[in-house]
Amino acid sequence: MAASTQTAALCLEATAPRTKAAAAEELRQDLRLIAEMIEPRSRVLDIGCGDGALLAYLAQHKNVDGRGIEISQSGVNACVGHGLSVIQGDADRDLDAYPTAAFDVVVLSQTLQATRQPRRVLQALVRIGRRAIVSFPNFGFWRIRLGLLLTGRMPLTHCLAYPWYETPNIHLCTIRDFAALCDEIGVRIERSVTLDRLGRPYSLDPRGSLANLLAEQGIFVLCGDTAETTGLGQGS
Amino acid sequence: MPILTSPPRRLRPVQDWPGYRLLVREPLRLDCGIDFGPFTIAYQTYGKLNADRSNAILVCHALTGDQYVADPHPITGKPGWWETLVGSGGVLDTERYFLVCANVLGGCMGTTGPQEANPATGEPWALSFPVITIRDMVRVQKRLLDHLEIDSLFCVIGGSMGAMQVLQWAASYPESVFAAVPIAGAARHSAQNIAFHEVGRQAIMADPDWCSGHYLSLGRKPVRGLAVARMAAHITYLSETALHRKFGRNLQDRLAVTYGFDADFPVESYLRHQGSTFVDRFDANSYLYITRAMDYFDLAAEHDGSLANAFKGTRSRFCIISFTSDWLFPTFESRQIVHALNAAAANVSFVEIATDNGHDAFLLHEPELFETLRGFLNGCAEHRGLGRA
Repeated sequence: MAASTQTAALCLEATAPRTKAAAAEELRQDLRLIAEMIEPRSRVLDIGCGDGALLAYLAQHKNVDGRGIEISQSGVNACVGHGLSVIQGDADRDLDAYPTAAFDVVVLSQTLQATRQPRRVLQALVRIGRRAIVSFPNFGFWRIRLGLLLTGRMPLTHCLAYPWYETPNIHLCTIRDFAALCDEIGVRIERSVTLDRLGRPYSLDPRGSLANLLAEQGIFVLCGDTAETTGLGQGS
Repeated sequence: MPILTSPPRRLRPVQDWPGYRLLVREPLRLDCGIDFGPFTIAYQTYGKLNADRSNAILVCHALTGDQYVADPHPITGKPGWWETLVGSGGVLDTERYFLVCANVLGGCMGTTGPQEANPATGEPWALSFPVITIRDMVRVQKRLLDHLEIDSLFCVIGGSMGAMQVLQWAASYPESVFAAVPIAGAARHSAQNIAFHEVGRQAIMADPDWCSGHYLSLGRKPVRGLAVARMAAHITYLSETALHRKFGRNLQDRLAVTYGFDADFPVESYLRHQGSTFVDRFDANSYLYITRAMDYFDLAAEHDGSLANAFKGTRSRFCIISFTSDWLFPTFESRQIVHALNAAAANVSFVEIATDNGHDAFLLHEPELFETLRGFLNGCAEHRGLGRA
């Protein structure tokens, strides 16, 4: 599939490069927010883990049992070379093998829009994790809307930095699209955080028009209703 | 044009070879149902076992490898097959770890194999040697580690057939394996690989000097057949790209083709050399038995057809490594192992390394392989309480 995790380094790249050396202190803003959502000592799968900055941070600060999936060979090799448990693979191909509720938390950061089958991936996330944390760029962001209206050209923002002919982002969506899909497939949004252009977090209703207009990206904590009904999920 | 012109060299007496020998008197029940024993295990060690006996690494050798991981080979004098990896400060750091490598059951470097004398007859076992499996080899290694009083291995590591042994260790003795590193391996031998092995075996058996396996008693040696087997196998260890890079269609010390069957191309000389040097150090019947053991390997079949079952509940940490140009044990076979381990919720890392060196890449200086191994082992050592490097 397209390089799903290339996008992982897109947002806020200029201000906080996702390198391991900087992991502890300068974790990318959205990753830092995700890290705050993860309980100490949980079992975590980070899909599209890049060079392992989040996993390294979680191992160091939260004592988690972390695993990663990364599509780029250099990313995987860097992770394993630093003692992280990471496999080469991608969200479309490699999630089916995992058993149900294998992890406390599954993280998919800035990768959903680059998967071939986002719907299937979302279902897999809430199956193999008791919780899933998903972040993605909001295509309903006012600057994107305005740019398209005024210029008639595909948007180029610091979150969506590729021209249309070489972008790995093949399934872009708005926050409302995402919320609608979650409703449709029985995925519950437990918590949502929207980030403005400077990476500042706000709590806005993901189904409301304000979030969809003002948020450049969103972070969502999800769980599968099926997991709850079969007793596999443990409510927090 | 014959491949070999020199008569086969006589092996040095086994007792002069470096390393250790353990005589196991208690017979071992093999997969074929035979209680086999007594038998000898020839092994080599590097580094020192720590007071907790927690720093042992079992190195599993490949089809034609042996226990001389980092010693000059006692017959060829060539450096050990993983000398680039082993040593003080090396990836397999002998200051830090205690390395053990045993010649496999059925081998020809000191561990009991078809060339040893059957105690019942005094004659070489030849084809009366029982057909062995990868699991049998691993059982023998377990006997050795019991003797060395090593209950828990820090790591089991190996490439190719060595990777098969690593997987078998993880499946058979999960409590004894803290970390497992199968490199360029598979959970079962593919039909194509069985086919290549069959070509090799048929080449040996077609050699009149094989004498239905009784060549040792008759003072003969099927050097031609064994050399051809090696030549065919050696091609599968390389890649088209590597062969082209090394040899291309260049001519061997001549300006034009000779319109004959002399080695016009250096790739021919290279293969002939590979064949002729191999027969000096390897026993033809051992080659039959060990290739057969690989053919029979199918870890899922032992576990109701599910590879994930083989690793159910495992707490070992796995690092699976494959090479992009390896067409003998291609990456997708490693990925099958990864998926099975994921299904078993195991702790697994998986790295595919870009190289054009083919299957043999695991024996060569591949910087990315070294870096991966070093990082993985350091991480495991920390978890094991062996301290930071």
